Amino acid sequence: MIYKFILASLILIISLVVAMYSTLIERKMAGFFQDRLGPSRAGPWGLLQPLADGIKLFFKEEFMPHSADRFLYILGPSLTMLIALLTSAVIPWGPNILIDGTEYPLQVADINIGILYVFAVVSIGVYGIMIGGWASNNKYALLGAVRASSQMISYELAMSLSIIAVVMMSGSLSMKEIVAQQQGINWNIWYQPLGFLIFLICAFAETNRSPFDLPECETELVGGYHTEYSSMKLGFYLFAEYINMFISGAVIATLFFGGYHFPFIDQLGLSQNAMAILGFLVLFLKITFFGFLFMWIRWTLPRFRYDQLMGMGWKKLIPLAILNVLVTGVVILLNQ
Amino acid sequence: MSFLEKIYLPAILQGMAITFSHLFRKKTTVKYPEVKREFSEIYRGKHVLKRDDEGRERCTACGLCAVACPAEAITMVAEERKPGEEHLYREERYARIYEIDMLRCIFCGMCEEACPKEAIFLTKELVPSEYQRDLLIFGKDILLEPYDPNKRIDISKRQTPEVLEFKKDQKHKHNK
Repeated sequence: MIYKFILASLILIISLVVAMYSTLIERKMAGFFQDRLGPSRAGPWGLLQPLADGIKLFFKEEFMPHSADRFLYILGPSLTMLIALLTSAVIPWGPNILIDGTEYPLQVADINIGILYVFAVVSIGVYGIMIGGWASNNKYALLGAVRASSQMISYELAMSLSIIAVVMMSGSLSMKEIVAQQQGINWNIWYQPLGFLIFLICAFAETNRSPFDLPECETELVGGYHTEYSSMKLGFYLFAEYINMFISGAVIATLFFGGYHFPFIDQLGLSQNAMAILGFLVLFLKITFFGFLFMWIRWTLPRFRYDQLMGMGWKKLIPLAILNVLVTGVVILLNQ
Repeated sequence: MSFLEKIYLPAILQGMAITFSHLFRKKTTVKYPEVKREFSEIYRGKHVLKRDDEGRERCTACGLCAVACPAEAITMVAEERKPGEEHLYREERYARIYEIDMLRCIFCGMCEEACPKEAIFLTKELVPSEYQRDLLIFGKDILLEPYDPNKRIDISKRQTPEVLEFKKDQKHKHNK
């Protein structure tokens, strides 16, 4: 019980710190991709920049529109933040560690419907944005929220379908079980390249990242659903995006890239605890790569048009995902 | 379009390769206060009102610079030189007030070109930014070069042979 509490707090702190520093890395990367340096004034290499941003957000005026619905207006960002943090509970962060002869899993909750839980939580995420956009009583915020909700609902379908193929292969909904089946280099990506591609595209859409960042689309909608937000409420919305990025990187790594597994894992002859730490670092490395990929794509591709976005979701990704499920099913049947 | 073009993936990967190559390029950023960009020798920055070799102000407040100024940034008030002030002003007339509004100035250098007395020049110095507009209207206290011969501002780089040739005519007429 105490162990679970400590682990949960640790994961909370790690995801918050990672999200904090991904804002800096994002800006640094944006700079590097454009032959600039990025923030470099606050501390060495701008390392104190996230702190400065945080302090700035805290001290900004807390503005609430006159006609806004007070309760919902505050509920929006809180919900978004809560949901962004909830997903990390079912991700297996490493192999079991050994303390005083007892094995402890590096996972807050090993529920047997782990993936289902992830999707359930992620689909609540749309409420945070919708409520925030609606409560602001602003046309831009509402339009952004409508865009966000229709986009997230559309892409959730293809996302779930692409995962069904993985679930069919592993025969389990538990995250730990799925990772356990991807020993060494036996990763799901080799069996499900199409599924991975669909999942990746949908992950971009679910986290509202470019090229699917239509909900906040500053050129058309001012700021989208968070137009009317200021101070730390805005900070929560922006922060939740980076936590979502981190978590979706973790989910991708877990489902398709073997989680904490890496090649020749059992030939090193390390003790179990060293293995757990190494496993966690490897998973972290994979997540970092996906974080980088998110930024890399953002500074490469232009934003989709709205009809293109919908067309891609409904007319391309969903049929492809269904096809993927069918082919996987046939192959599994033939192999039996 | 072929199938590969239709699914856009090769094009996306190509684009990503381009952006990735930019990660390792030399950055163009100049960290300004610590590192200063190299200026041209004839950079047109903040103006200076020159004194002559004896330390007298060259400006005679003819107003040609103000007329030449396309941004109408220059204003001046002329005053007659009193007896006993010959060591301060070279000509019989001088500018009691000479102001350049640095917010209007476009640093074109037309004032310098128009000046018949070789009195105004643009220098390599930059105009600092300020929080108040008033502070950017530079009077004689800022523009006039120091009296101390060692602290004079060197504008010889801006007096290229072409410029001197151009000004020769005017020199003979007014600058006796």
